[in-house]
Amino acid sequence: MIAPTADTPIPAAQIDYVALSPLLVVAGFAVLGLVLEAALPRRRRFLVQAVVTAVGLVIALVASVMVYLDLPDVAEAERVARGAVEAEGAVTVDGPGVLTWIVLVVFALLSLGLFAERRFEAGLSPFTGRAADVPGSREESEAVTHRLEHTEVFPLVLFALSGMMLFATANDLITMFVALEVLSLPLYVLCAVARRRRLISQEAALKYFLLGAFSSVFFLYGAALAYGYAGSLNLTLIDEAVTARSDSGGLLLVAMAMIAVGLLFKIGAVPFHAWTPDVYQGAPTPVTAFMAAATKAAAFVALMRVFFVAFGGASWDWRPTIWVVAVLTMVFGSIVAIAQTDVKRMLAYSSIAHAGFLLVGFSAAYLGVADGLSVTSVSSVLFYLFVYGVATIGAFAIVTVVRDSAGETTHLARWAGLGRQSPWLAGAFTLFMLSFAGIPLTAGFIGKWGVFAAAWAGGTWPLVVIGVLASALAAYFYVRVVVLMFFTEPVGDGPAVAAPGVLTTVVIALAAIATVVLGIVPGPMLDVVQHAGAFVR
Amino acid sequence: MMLTVLALTPLVGALVLAFWPRSADPRSAKAVALLVSVVALVLAIVIALQYDPGAGYQFVEEREWIPAIGAHYALGLNGIGLTLVLLTTILTPLVILAAWGDRLPDPSRTNSYLAWMLALEGLAIGVFAATDVFLFYVLFEATLVPLYFLIGAYGGAGRSYAAVKFLIYNLVGGLLMLAAIVGLYALTAEAGEPSFLHSDLLGLEIGEGTERLLFLGFFIAFAIKAPLWPLHTWLPDAAASASASTSVLMVSIVDKIGTFAMIRWCLEIFPGASQWASPVVLILAVVSILYGALLAIGQDDLRRLIAFTSVSHFGFIILGIFAFTTLSTAGATLYMFNHGLSTAVLFLVTGMMIARRGSARISDFGGVQKVAPLLAGVLLIGGLSSLSLPGLAPFVSEFMVLAGTFTVSRPLAVAATLGIILAALYILLMYRRTMTGPLAPGSEGVRELDRREVAALAPAVVLIVALGFVPQPLLSVIEPALGPVVAAVSDGDPVPTHPVEAGASEGAHE
Repeated sequence: MIAPTADTPIPAAQIDYVALSPLLVVAGFAVLGLVLEAALPRRRRFLVQAVVTAVGLVIALVASVMVYLDLPDVAEAERVARGAVEAEGAVTVDGPGVLTWIVLVVFALLSLGLFAERRFEAGLSPFTGRAADVPGSREESEAVTHRLEHTEVFPLVLFALSGMMLFATANDLITMFVALEVLSLPLYVLCAVARRRRLISQEAALKYFLLGAFSSVFFLYGAALAYGYAGSLNLTLIDEAVTARSDSGGLLLVAMAMIAVGLLFKIGAVPFHAWTPDVYQGAPTPVTAFMAAATKAAAFVALMRVFFVAFGGASWDWRPTIWVVAVLTMVFGSIVAIAQTDVKRMLAYSSIAHAGFLLVGFSAAYLGVADGLSVTSVSSVLFYLFVYGVATIGAFAIVTVVRDSAGETTHLARWAGLGRQSPWLAGAFTLFMLSFAGIPLTAGFIGKWGVFAAAWAGGTWPLVVIGVLASALAAYFYVRVVVLMFFTEPVGDGPAVAAPGVLTTVVIALAAIATVVLGIVPGPMLDVVQHAGAFVR
Repeated sequence: MMLTVLALTPLVGALVLAFWPRSADPRSAKAVALLVSVVALVLAIVIALQYDPGAGYQFVEEREWIPAIGAHYALGLNGIGLTLVLLTTILTPLVILAAWGDRLPDPSRTNSYLAWMLALEGLAIGVFAATDVFLFYVLFEATLVPLYFLIGAYGGAGRSYAAVKFLIYNLVGGLLMLAAIVGLYALTAEAGEPSFLHSDLLGLEIGEGTERLLFLGFFIAFAIKAPLWPLHTWLPDAAASASASTSVLMVSIVDKIGTFAMIRWCLEIFPGASQWASPVVLILAVVSILYGALLAIGQDDLRRLIAFTSVSHFGFIILGIFAFTTLSTAGATLYMFNHGLSTAVLFLVTGMMIARRGSARISDFGGVQKVAPLLAGVLLIGGLSSLSLPGLAPFVSEFMVLAGTFTVSRPLAVAATLGIILAALYILLMYRRTMTGPLAPGSEGVRELDRREVAALAPAVVLIVALGFVPQPLLSVIEPALGPVVAAVSDGDPVPTHPVEAGASEGAHE
């Protein structure tokens, strides 16, 4: 770099604000939320914050769709691709990236319904009234008496969302690192503020924070080594260095390994999964829903972007490792889930298993043929992320409804006989379980089919066979829940089901409808993910 | 459109029943279910009357479904499919009629019980009519859901274990098939347009190793479904825990999907691999025949006994299919129909016995024919048809299977014939212990069949006798459909070593 002197003025950065508008809207509304937090009287904050957040998300959704429709075709690309590198090479606004924005904003909107639900706690939000109080102390009950609420959760969600959106579209490793931190820090806080079972919630946050910080450092170290190897942090320039290499590149291998560790941690792949069950269990359920769906989506797209764009030329070096990780993740997640007795922990291990299935699609590194008509790694993973996220949010929404006087009853034994008591609720949960298990006529089936098709086309059919066997294992514990709900006599009084509020009902219904419709007519959605094309370099 | 209408009729009926008011008299729901199944039967008969045996696939419908992966909504019937659609639509009204008096664990859920049955009928018709392997797979797996609920929610003791075992077994098979279907997608996508249409797959060039792998994926799924030894262990548990009507739907209809699909998807799409696998499959089939029969002899539970006889019979069907002669495959297809009828009679009549006695143990019965002669008679006819008595329908098919197998492998045919002798043992022993002798204490309460029950059993009994004497109408539909299959998978029928010259047989032994 040449230091700027008086003779060489610093050129103004070329930034296409329109293309970046969804990102800016989300971040802007997050800041607006902070201002409101300071300006509004306590009594009116909750409603205003919830509405402002919703408005921000809807605007971001509309903006994302407009940006998506306006994406320019990339001329002279090997494969169909749409979009361009923006903001001086820091962000790539391309088909898969913008589609991820849309998916993330949809997830946030659905989760918002759970964040804003105040029916279950006698008119209070699912978050603790005053996080600074010692759990079980006199101050805590005082906070309840005064009906205190932490309305900061809404801006925190928006900050996390803006981090995720940037994470999925970052085109250099530093931007990606900043995005990683922007998305992680609010989530650490959100994990700690459950209203019930606060100790376990705080423990979850601490665990997530320590391990998350640790993995971020791995990522940063990997980025530094990649800079050492390629002389740049820009993914496109790293790609040029990797493609043009002539040596075996020991430095490159270490860099890739470190970056992979950082990203696989966020995805929850074995052996970097240890935080998942504790955090999923301890965090407030709305946060768990948001985190499980959105973090995974953002991190997966980032993973694909780094490894397809920057390290695509070295795919034969990293693919075998990812195969091993994928197999471990699928098998481990499925087997350990069988032994779980807590719904949220079970869903956590299920999310680990799903990370494995997604890795199968990713590790095939199948970029499709020139005309872009066949199912590729990118399109199949995008579809899977969407249907998995929707079903996950729906499932966690149901977890918030099944409760007794002490809050949510997440022990599986207490779910026995739910089907007798509330057949619709249990039916919806069954639907999500069947979708997770990949039973045809649910969206999960098409999702699984897609990643397996990409894997087979990429030449890794043994992974497909292991994948279907792991699916059978996984089906066992999903079906066990169905058995419990429908065929088992309830213990004692059976599960207490709170009448869900309008918001939660809408979230569950939307998730269920999406799961069925995408299972029966997946064509249009598949066309959309196909149309997104490849990553733009 | 005919096939779509036919498959949708029970499905719509199931939806109506699911929303039928629960507080109302359950008899109204039962009447609706019966009416819907009879309408489906009438539609199926109309289709059968319009069917032209020589014209290949008929009533064809083809629409794009998921263009991105090349899946079509494609239906069509050939002779084999028609036979099984008829079986499905004939048995469903009988099953619903027989289920009229079922005492459910939770009587308020009669509506959903019947709704699941109708849903299963609709899906099964779809499976038999699907000519796109993706659609076939989707419906094939979807049949698991109603059956799972039928076993798990409306069965007897141990139903939840049996339901899960049933589901996991079948899901493993189904998922292996999914892997194979993914493989087919990759192959067709490589060759140009991805497609799952039966007609496109017939002409697909597949390398030998890949073909064998894909074949295994399909075959294991169907062998679990059928079920073939040693993958059969889910069936006795499921049958022992399910209600009699559920067992009929499961064994007589859904399990036929396995054998049906072996012909349509294994033999036709992977002829080379089928030939490669046939020695092993034939031996497994013979083991199934003998093993199922031997275990049936040792059973004390009526339902488990019938389940094991079915394992034995499915062995015959698979033997016939993988012998690759026109005679044996036609026999196997006819056997699917006949076995459906005879097993239905056996399951339903023993279900009635069990409901009256409150026990499924053979040793709890005795001398029942004194108090319920009609019931005993129906059990005897059902039993005799199961042991392939000449004059009853299964005899014709079993004979065709054995005669066809004989030209391919004598040792296997001889071993399989032992199965007939064992069949006589298990059926007649069971009959003697339950029906003859002094009236056992506790069996006094076994009432005679009432009119509804006679109505449920009579059509199947009449068909068994009628097809025993005149199997030709069905065979004339089945045989033309099998010509291309046998031609694809073998070099034509083996030439007899001692051909019979025309006219030479008369007076030859004088």
